[in-house]
Amino acid sequence: MLVGHQTWVFPTRPVILSSAAIGGPFEAEGPLSSDFDTLHGDTFLGQGSWEKAEKALMEEACDKAIEKAGLTKEQVHFFLGGDLMNQIISSSFAARTLTIPYLGLFGACSTTMEGLALAALIVDSQSGDYVLTGSCSHNSSAEKQYRYPTEYGGQKPPTAQWSVTGAGAALVGSKGNGLHVTSATIGRVVDMGLKDPFNMGAAMAPAALNTIETHFRERQLPHDYYDLVVTGDLGRVGHGILSELLPKHQINLPLDRYRDCGMLIYGDNPSVWSGGSGAGCVASVTYGHLFRSMEKGAWKRILVVATGALHSPMTYQQGESIPCIAHAVSIESA
Amino acid sequence: MANNKKKKLTPTQQQYQELAKRHEPPRPLAKNFVRAFLVGGVICLLGQAIQEVFIRYFHFTEKTAGSPTQAVLILISVVLTAVGLFDRIGQWAGAGTAVPVTGFANSIASAAIEHKSEGYVLGVGGNMFKIAGPVIVFGVFAAFVIGLIKTLITMGG
Repeated sequence: MLVGHQTWVFPTRPVILSSAAIGGPFEAEGPLSSDFDTLHGDTFLGQGSWEKAEKALMEEACDKAIEKAGLTKEQVHFFLGGDLMNQIISSSFAARTLTIPYLGLFGACSTTMEGLALAALIVDSQSGDYVLTGSCSHNSSAEKQYRYPTEYGGQKPPTAQWSVTGAGAALVGSKGNGLHVTSATIGRVVDMGLKDPFNMGAAMAPAALNTIETHFRERQLPHDYYDLVVTGDLGRVGHGILSELLPKHQINLPLDRYRDCGMLIYGDNPSVWSGGSGAGCVASVTYGHLFRSMEKGAWKRILVVATGALHSPMTYQQGESIPCIAHAVSIESA
Repeated sequence: MANNKKKKLTPTQQQYQELAKRHEPPRPLAKNFVRAFLVGGVICLLGQAIQEVFIRYFHFTEKTAGSPTQAVLILISVVLTAVGLFDRIGQWAGAGTAVPVTGFANSIASAAIEHKSEGYVLGVGGNMFKIAGPVIVFGVFAAFVIGLIKTLITMGG
């Protein structure tokens, strides 16, 4: 049901039947390691290339989510997936294995919430009983495509972020036990003219602000409604910026209830510079750590705001600024 | 049209960029300079030592010892790249490892390793000069221009 201009409220409160998070060896060293379903010791996952390894992460996350819901893949009606690779190969190739009717999505790191919002919309409109959604990223395949070869000895600035090797998937259904997806705000593209791909937190923070502002306005909620508001991969730099912007724009969100996935996943590790990033970051933190903590009762209502930088290495070389987007989905426990 | 308009930042964009700038942790320039100086210096010292070995034990002259010395340095950086150590040293040392011949060797070796999954011809062959290519193109061109200038000057004299 449309509320305002760009927010959906789901009256049937679609249920998250299960969720799964898969990570790599570096994620295993982080503070959230116990919230992953599987952690791999080998960044190749026994595959022949980084791209195949990323696809394997996605397949595992999807398999695990289906298995945890006690379903078989034949029962799942749709799969909505996306990733950071050109032509979203990781998701499409995983969909080839899954053989579930598939819609490919691209919203860079915001894909996770784009997928969850659409999955909830499909279930809410009774267009499907079980919808699987997920996204993934791999540090090395992202480096290879967006930056330099993985073994290249270039120095990165302190505003850079570390692409997460991980995947997350969630299975949304019309009834059952679990957390509820209650609403979603679809973001618009915001471009503040920033051009530095090694400082994406600063580029994406205004998009997150725009979506958060719109969400509270259109749902007419008090700013302290959520127990936790989490942005997806702004890192320390973007988190700092948004923490300053929110009160400036009269959004009196208690700042101790505002976190960022990019800061959560690796904690204070200085070797990731500003924090984690990548579609797999929001996906594994939300579908692993956040959902598990909610099930344990840590928070009752959360708003996940996944941000994405919609540039490519080519647009950067052509001197274009970085267009950014953010989608917000609210999740509440019963 | 739209592109030209975008190039001029709106006041809101300018305001935001100023705010964002304040949150940007500065690059640790002093630390980077010192590290680059130390590591770059150590690499040059190592090069000098290798050159001395070639002159003393292998009967090279100071002029001819240059090439085998470079080859040894290249081999060392390729091995360090292959075992996955060079990128870590590079993050610490910055320009210290990037500027000498070691950085050049690393850029070629790392690209070759990275694209091996696409095959030897299109993968390794087509991509290994991805980063080093511009250095070669403009290096050769600069040498050509300088050579031309030198020829013209000596012709006049």
